[in-house]
Amino acid sequence: MKTFVPVENGDTLQAVRGVLRRILESGQVEALMVPLRTPAGTVMPALVTDPALLDQADPLAPVYPVNAARALGWMTQREPRGRIGAVMRSCEMRAMIELVKLKQACVDCITLISVDCAGTYDVPVYLDAVAQPDNLLWPLLFDDPLASGSNGGPALRDACQMCERPVYDEAQVVVQLLGHDLAKGFSVVLPDEMAGALNWAPASDADGRRAMVDKLVAQRTARRDAVLCETRDKLNSGRPGEGLQTLFAACIRCHNCMTACPICYCKTCLFKGPVFDHDPIQYMTWAKRKGALRLPSDTMLFHLTRLNHMALSCIGCGACTSVCPVDIPVGRVFRAVGGNVQSVFDYVPGFNPQELLPLVAFQAEEWQEVGE
Amino acid sequence: MSENGFEPKIVAFLCNWCTYVGADLAGTSRIQYPPNVRVIRLMCSGAVDQVYVLKALLDGADGVLIGGCHPGDCHYLEGNYKARRRVVALEDILKTTGLEPERVWLRWISASEGQRFAETVTEFTAKLKAMGPSPMRQDWAV
Ligand code: SF4
Ligand code: SF4
Ligand code: FES
Repeated sequence: MKTFVPVENGDTLQAVRGVLRRILESGQVEALMVPLRTPAGTVMPALVTDPALLDQADPLAPVYPVNAARALGWMTQREPRGRIGAVMRSCEMRAMIELVKLKQACVDCITLISVDCAGTYDVPVYLDAVAQPDNLLWPLLFDDPLASGSNGGPALRDACQMCERPVYDEAQVVVQLLGHDLAKGFSVVLPDEMAGALNWAPASDADGRRAMVDKLVAQRTARRDAVLCETRDKLNSGRPGEGLQTLFAACIRCHNCMTACPICYCKTCLFKGPVFDHDPIQYMTWAKRKGALRLPSDTMLFHLTRLNHMALSCIGCGACTSVCPVDIPVGRVFRAVGGNVQSVFDYVPGFNPQELLPLVAFQAEEWQEVGE
Repeated sequence: MSENGFEPKIVAFLCNWCTYVGADLAGTSRIQYPPNVRVIRLMCSGAVDQVYVLKALLDGADGVLIGGCHPGDCHYLEGNYKARRRVVALEDILKTTGLEPERVWLRWISASEGQRFAETVTEFTAKLKAMGPSPMRQDWAV
């Protein structure tokens, strides 16, 4: 069912908080995972059980400190779990679904509450903007998401500029913001039983959301195609491997991209163990064979391994790019590679938790030419 | 020695139940094939993680051969089907990243196919000689 939530005094955030408070207070969920404002001015996801603390909730803040799906995994992977309402953006929802398929999270005990996303900024950019006295970041963004970055405001994160899935209508509850006059109100779609329990009445379907989403998706898809085409060209330039090396030339193998990746989960990851603490003589042997050895070593192996293990599930949140200290477009490479390999398997990550991962599913009668 | 003096190195990951036995049979039957292959035995082609292949390629191998039981014959029923999907993905990823998928071969070779093992190694060696050394081998930045 779809309901309309009126906004009073132009305070959209307060109205969104009101919706969340109703959901928590009604006992529909035991806790809400939602971004809370921190004293530093940014937001961080928090597991909230006290409705009073929702005064600090800010799921509209256009900032991307972390992909919250990973935290949701910690809290649902094993019993006992309580019912959590997870307030997240589309890319966090999709990461969550991939974690379920990887058996690192469980959706049964989660009520997914998706909030339309007009795009986000990296934390430092965001902090800069909110320090201005008349910070209008997010109203600006939602007023005219198509103009973001070109309206004098700061540039969105690289991933957001090419995000073709800014809404996630597959969630149980969808807070629909795009295409609404947010000073007046917005819509919420939720299951009938829940609407009944909360005493929410149905409201008209007619709003500008679909049209706005379509325009936004078209704009960002065009950008995505251009960026990924350029990235693939870069990867394929020069002798084999040269493009990849050039893109990752500055990598210090800090593993930030892996740590920030919401779906790269292995507890026994070989890059976290002692496998790459080579014997001293090994470095010398390599250096003698090649004339020189790049340090830190094994950088190409690190990235190629991650690409092979994760690109099929890459949902393109760009958390990797956001945390890279040397500005490597990690997310572009993952999307360029992921886009191709996902289409080989006709696979779209992030939607049906029952669907098998492409490397787990197989049929006897497929690719029969391979191996012959 | 080939004409240009280049002898490719092939790292072969062979499953214990089929291809490894096939390779053994090639030996005990005294079938001639090029000495360019270094064999690593695994229990199943499904146990070959992509990282083994990548490590070999980045660390000096000119080619990687993965050998497993024919479809339907895997000792663990479905390991080779999973290996097949993994190789399909790996080849696509190597292609997009500007590397050379032609340096990775997956072949089904049964325990009785010593001849097929020898032919596969012969063919792969010739192919790699034609391709030349893997550029990774000498690259200091890899
Ligand atoms: S990638 Fe998409 S859903 Fe995620 S923060 Fe950016 S615009 Fe929002
Ligand atoms: S975050 Fe950047 S520097 Fe760190 S390992 Fe990833 S690509 Fe390399
Ligand atoms: S046992 Fe030979 S491929 Fe699985």
